[in-house]
Amino acid sequence: MNKIIKLLTAVGVALGLLAAPVLASGAHRENAEDYDYSFEGPFGQFDRAQLQRGWEVFRQVCSSCHSLNYLRFRNLAEPGGPEFTVKQAKAFAAQYEITDGPNDEGEMFTRPGRLSDAFPPPYPNEQAAKAANNNALPPDLSLIVKAREGWDYPWYISPIIKLFKGNGGAEYVRSLISGFGQPLPPGEEAKEGLNYNPYFPGHWIAMPPPLSGEDVEFADGTPNTLKQEATDVAAFLAWVSMPKMEERKKIGLMAMLYLLVFALLMFMVKQALWSRIDH
Amino acid sequence: MSGHATYEFRNPVVRWIDSRLPIFSLMKAQAMDFPTPRNLNYWWTFGGIAATMLVVQILTGIVLVMHYTPHVKLAFDSIEGIMRDVNYGWLIRWLHANGASFFFVAVYIHIFRGLYYGSYKAPREVLWMIGVLIFIAMMATAFMGYVLPWGQMSYWGAVVITNLFSAIPVVGDYIVQWLWGGFSVDNPTLQRFFSLHYLLPFVLAALVFLHIWALHVPGNNNPDGIDVKSEQDTLPFHPYYTMKDLYAILVFFLVYLAFVFYSPWYLGHSINFVKANPLVTPPHIVPEWYFLPFYAMLRAIPDKLGGVVVMFSSLIILFFLPWLDRSPVRSARYRPVYRFFFWLLVLTCIVLGIAGSQPPEGLWIPTARIATAWYFIHFLVILPLLGKLEKPKPMPATITEAVLARGGH
Repeated sequence: MNKIIKLLTAVGVALGLLAAPVLASGAHRENAEDYDYSFEGPFGQFDRAQLQRGWEVFRQVCSSCHSLNYLRFRNLAEPGGPEFTVKQAKAFAAQYEITDGPNDEGEMFTRPGRLSDAFPPPYPNEQAAKAANNNALPPDLSLIVKAREGWDYPWYISPIIKLFKGNGGAEYVRSLISGFGQPLPPGEEAKEGLNYNPYFPGHWIAMPPPLSGEDVEFADGTPNTLKQEATDVAAFLAWVSMPKMEERKKIGLMAMLYLLVFALLMFMVKQALWSRIDH
Repeated sequence: MSGHATYEFRNPVVRWIDSRLPIFSLMKAQAMDFPTPRNLNYWWTFGGIAATMLVVQILTGIVLVMHYTPHVKLAFDSIEGIMRDVNYGWLIRWLHANGASFFFVAVYIHIFRGLYYGSYKAPREVLWMIGVLIFIAMMATAFMGYVLPWGQMSYWGAVVITNLFSAIPVVGDYIVQWLWGGFSVDNPTLQRFFSLHYLLPFVLAALVFLHIWALHVPGNNNPDGIDVKSEQDTLPFHPYYTMKDLYAILVFFLVYLAFVFYSPWYLGHSINFVKANPLVTPPHIVPEWYFLPFYAMLRAIPDKLGGVVVMFSSLIILFFLPWLDRSPVRSARYRPVYRFFFWLLVLTCIVLGIAGSQPPEGLWIPTARIATAWYFIHFLVILPLLGKLEKPKPMPATITEAVLARGGH
């Protein structure tokens, strides 16, 4: 099976090279680098340590500009994710001041976060976020991995690639984050206020390079190169985008096996009935 | 189904109910004893599969509505709540979204089965026309359902399709404002789409009941297109077709659930995971795959009103099929020339679908135009001509004869 997938991917890439990856809007971008994440495929699972490292990167770097509105602190301790202990998750929550209220005096107040709280956004509203970021809105990252596609291929090969390799959202994040600082190709002119990144549609993104390597100390001692940080934060964001993925694949296996057995039985019933008559 | 059933149920409670409301006699006559041609192949299982998918959609939809909020500020968040917090909400959501796609898979195969074997011909014209109504109701339901998550594609798809009605001369703009409930796609639009999306499936269920009733008057068509002449040509629906249909449904579910569990958003668009933003237009606005052929026809015509007329005509034309195809022979098995044109039509529809998914540039423009033209030529020119000019292959006299000639086993 893997061989077939590799062959098809090779064919697809070869064919894809015939036509430069261009989106309908004419916004060209480089296809993201393919990466074998542990959670890919029908039996894929998240790497707990990787998710925990990715959470650290997000918490210490990304959250200064990006919100993660659909994540709640209790999710960090739930099965299928980074699986921190409840104590650890409570400690994370308590580090943040959450606006609550109004109290009996009618005033809003802040209090330390609890497990049930959502991750607090860095800005109170969209306008504040834009004002602090050169009029560009840093998107919420809760669904970013499902909302982005890592690769464009011609129409005749794209459906097959996507069936086997997925949309490539996590790979897109990984390549984008680590894709800054490349020399401008000939013919490309520098744009003011924007940053060159070949993985971004149109090549010019408002976000400056968020990571440069060695930005975050990993508790498990993993070397904190730029590539490692990018890989881990992309995996973490993949989990935030699809927190039920492991449960889904587990139940899926049971459902497929059940249906297979049931279908086999029904085939035998049908066969037994129909073999006794002319048809 | 007429006259009194002479069968007496053994259970006294059943007899008591049945004598007051003959529901048991009805089920026995229509779903168990019903004489069904013995030569039906697996293409005949897709009606039952489609009915099953309707039930799946209604059940999953009703549960989803318990957790969904139909307001522009809350809809997207409520869906994420379903995905993350509702117990097995993610499963119900993906069953419903993929269920819509697979409902269309089953119905498209079902329709093409009808086209191939002449199931639309006399005396089944009304059956066919109810089927076209079911198809149209499905499309309306699916379109409105896709708007409800209020993602970027939900919103912009609604903008594109509702704007089409402004092409109607004189009253177009008023109609569009009336549809919108305002001056743009906004909360009133979402809320009324929600109401109608909940309503239409039950209209669909009623139409399906009429569809099966209309079928049970003449009885099923069959792959040879030959009328049932005697009891020897048929089998009781139960257990032969109940068990075969159940088997087919399970195989269908294997494919359906493979998508639900392993590639749940493969058939959708990634941009619908971004909350709707009226100020940011996506680079590509495309409907779900099952609408792509019609989208291609819409864009093939350079004039806005022309595109709308052509798109709706492609559906309306189906109502007239029993009168466009006048060949006395039903099944393509005995119509070799028609068979060629049938497969050409299938290819045309696939080409239209691919064209609909691509930006209308370059070679796709003439491709979509040629394919659209051919679709209409097939129904308006080819079919009437074939009815007059085609020489069909000799047909067996009865179904039994056809079965035995093929080495009935």
